[in-house]
Amino acid sequence: MNFGSGTRTRVVKADMKWYELTKAGNIYEPGNANSYETGDWRSIRPVWIEDRCIHCLFCWRYCPDASVIAKDGKFEKFDYKHCKGCGICAKVCPRNAIDMISEDEIEKAKEANKDEN
Amino acid sequence: MKTKVALTGNEAVAQAMKQINPDVVAAYPITPQTEIVQIFSSFVANGEVDTEFVAVESEHSAMSAAIGASAAGARAMTATSSQGLALMFEVVYIAASMRLPIVFPVVNRALSGPINIHCDHSDAMGLRDSGVIQLYSENAQEAYDNMIQAVRIAEHPDVQLPVMVNMDGFITSHAMDVLEVLDDETVRNFVGTRVPLDYLLDAQNPVSMGNFDMYEFYFEHKRQQTEAMKKAKEVIKEIGKEYAKISGREYGLFEAYKLDDADVAVVVLNSAAGTAKGVADELRARGIKAGVLKPRVFRPFPQDEIREALKGVKAVAVMDRAETFSTCGGPMFADVRNTLYDLKNDIKVVNYIYGLGGRDLRLEDVEKVFMDLENIRKTGRVDETVKYLGLRE
Repeated sequence: MNFGSGTRTRVVKADMKWYELTKAGNIYEPGNANSYETGDWRSIRPVWIEDRCIHCLFCWRYCPDASVIAKDGKFEKFDYKHCKGCGICAKVCPRNAIDMISEDEIEKAKEANKDEN
Repeated sequence: MKTKVALTGNEAVAQAMKQINPDVVAAYPITPQTEIVQIFSSFVANGEVDTEFVAVESEHSAMSAAIGASAAGARAMTATSSQGLALMFEVVYIAASMRLPIVFPVVNRALSGPINIHCDHSDAMGLRDSGVIQLYSENAQEAYDNMIQAVRIAEHPDVQLPVMVNMDGFITSHAMDVLEVLDDETVRNFVGTRVPLDYLLDAQNPVSMGNFDMYEFYFEHKRQQTEAMKKAKEVIKEIGKEYAKISGREYGLFEAYKLDDADVAVVVLNSAAGTAKGVADELRARGIKAGVLKPRVFRPFPQDEIREALKGVKAVAVMDRAETFSTCGGPMFADVRNTLYDLKNDIKVVNYIYGLGGRDLRLEDVEKVFMDLENIRKTGRVDETVKYLGLRE
């Protein structure tokens, strides 16, 4: 049992028992927010419109959650596991290359497709 | 080396703080605690301690600064009373949940309103459920001794919790009392240097403290706090024994005064226990088997031990110097009655609210309580479970 002992457990998971977790929720590993998926908080989703994008990367710079993934100086994709759908990327985009789409609409469309199949 | 001195409770606590020589003290003055920090700040000004004294703008800031210092790795303290503790409320919970071993004397004073500066326990009882360890002191000697032990209790690896050391406002804090103090070196060796398990200034081992918890973790971290409280009971007893070796005074979870063969007993905190013990002595001379249980540790609550100590008693009166307004008695009454329920032996447990806002508790008052208990014992009947003592009615 490491509770209260200060043992520097590097892994903290939601299925760990109270006595397996670090004392007081202390965190010893930097960047562990990556393992906490916040994407299911989202009610609207940013969707990239490739032909409008000029790869200025304003979205990448303004994203408060590092959810815009760029590669070799170009927009690559959104990280939907972490994107909370704040819409800042769409707001700052000078080319309107990002649409914010309702997750409900996406769900409905998926359901409709299922019915057709 | 031990020296007999005459000091007020506040002076005794300031003396203990001087000998502990904490790294950081952040405090704001409030009656009746003011003297503690006033005297202590003169120790700082005169170079008698190495402490960084932070004169903050409020008690909320005092505890916040202590939290910052303690998280950074320092041995940190503050001190307060009444409204100051109320203003501190929010951050006391944070100190406890961050498991920071901050020691802070609280000179018990009634909470406003109506505004009042005198003793009762409504301030400390307000923080009853905050997760801090609460020690209570009958007199200046106990306040001094509790302060020194509190440091070791708080910092023990199994505990890691703040400790509040209570004493009665004016009655203990301002009255001159004879007590025995230890020499500086003995205290220094006893408290040692804080060895924090985690601290923010440890550059080799970076740590993030006071993090946000979602529903996946909060509950588990609260359970850890309860475990630390459970462990604290053993630690408090161990340190009490160790303290006996340097002082000749041993401390446990409570004092059982003439309880072994007692028929009737009073449970009471702080200075009123002295009054109750005096009355018990007088009544024993008249053939009434009276005893007193004085909890030293109220949080964690020593349930099993109190049940064991009171199991042979026929009638118990719990005296509360605080009102809960639940309309069914004071805070300690609820705990003691709950504790005795499991005995299933029909111990009668009644409650007396006394001394609110500094109302004196007289010998006759305590005698009346014992006589009521005698009557309950003889008749087996309780007319009124919760009564007021010394109230004009």
